Amino acid sequence: MKFTLKIWRQAGPQDLGKLETHSIDGISPHMSFLEMLDVLNERLIREGKEPVAFESDCREGICGACGLFINGRAHGPEEGITTCQLHMRSFKDGDVIYIEPWRAKAFPVIKDLIVDRSAFDRIMRSGGYISVNTGSAPEANSTPVPKEVAEEAFDAATCIGCGACVATCKNASAMLFVAAKVSHLALLPQGKVERKQRVARMLQTMDTEGFGACTNTGACEAECPKKISISHIARLNREHILSSLT
Amino acid sequence: MMAKLFQGSVGKKISMSLTGLFLCLFLVVHLSGNLLLLKNDGGVAFNQYSEFMSTNPLIRISEIILAAAFLVHIITAILLSLQNQEARPDRYVLDRSYVHTSFASRTMIYTGSLVFIFLVIHLKTFFVPHRLFHSEQTMYQTVKLAFENPFYTGFYVVAMVLLTLHLWHGFQSAFQSLGLRHRRYTPLIEKLGMGFSILIPLGFGLIPLYFFFRQFLK
Repeated sequence: MKFTLKIWRQAGPQDLGKLETHSIDGISPHMSFLEMLDVLNERLIREGKEPVAFESDCREGICGACGLFINGRAHGPEEGITTCQLHMRSFKDGDVIYIEPWRAKAFPVIKDLIVDRSAFDRIMRSGGYISVNTGSAPEANSTPVPKEVAEEAFDAATCIGCGACVATCKNASAMLFVAAKVSHLALLPQGKVERKQRVARMLQTMDTEGFGACTNTGACEAECPKKISISHIARLNREHILSSLT
Repeated sequence: MMAKLFQGSVGKKISMSLTGLFLCLFLVVHLSGNLLLLKNDGGVAFNQYSEFMSTNPLIRISEIILAAAFLVHIITAILLSLQNQEARPDRYVLDRSYVHTSFASRTMIYTGSLVFIFLVIHLKTFFVPHRLFHSEQTMYQTVKLAFENPFYTGFYVVAMVLLTLHLWHGFQSAFQSLGLRHRRYTPLIEKLGMGFSILIPLGFGLIPLYFFFRQFLK
């Protein structure tokens, strides 16, 4: 397959970026999107040019490292997958493909397609600890958790922190991410002890990091590779009300 | 303790939803009174109602609360909008992130601003001459005169379409911001919101159209 790539190139955080056009040929439809970029980079290196900087790690959709804004969509045109799980068969031969980094004030570009997502880490850190004994595994039946609650908490816990929610939100809001993190601990008995401080601190950090507010458009849940529902955002709002009133 | 509830971006959204739902309630009250305009009695009932609304002390107090709700709703919306704009200083070259979102949800600040312009003109036509100055006309006469003008009636109809868009997202979104979401009740709230956002502006829109077309009947 043959493609025309319009790739965002930016030397550093302070530099101005621009789109650079590359033609690429001989791409197998079975290649992943990142493998296609690998092919391009090998060529650029052979030609003595600077390869395109992009992030990836596990390449099986579980680490959250990769994340590109492809043809105007976070993680590309398919739903429920990360960029590494996107295959070239999702495009038509001869397509023009726009590749941009996540764009948000809280996610500054480091180089080309790589952004600094440590704002997410700082939100997580401000959430603090949970009061459980570490060490040997506890007896499984000592803390009963209803099946539906466990499922709901697990759905929230599938968040890999890729930042697609922020990237796709018209307000660059991190509400779905924070909601997933608050939700999965607030639902479980192990997370209930620090429940009130956790939500207050995480929301405060979310605001100081410069993310936008939620307009409830639902763009985030549609683009989330883990299909995390905005019902968790409703729970985050409830947790905020509970934490501020009691 | 209460102050914390309205702090931060989530707190601001709670302000937006509480004032928004209060304003929805106002729309119901306002429309139910205004429907007296459609009564074919030369405006007797409507003028009586208008007199009651401008003299009753309880209505006076409600009026101040209403004005405060409008102010909080508007100021908070501006603050949120600025925060949201600042959160993405660099735009995407190609942005198709809207594909799964509704037009109404993306345009709240615009439909809201246009409804605000409508509100100012609306108050200038009816509230200012009757309540701040003492008009010679009855309220019914002012209404009749205003709506016999095709431009004024057209303007009202357009404003009501914008209000429909604003409520289409706003009504159900208010419940989400308050954390009131449940797989059994949310579909019901969404349907209620659609019904509300169509029926209320439709009711308001019928009044100018009624006066406009009635002038040609005689």
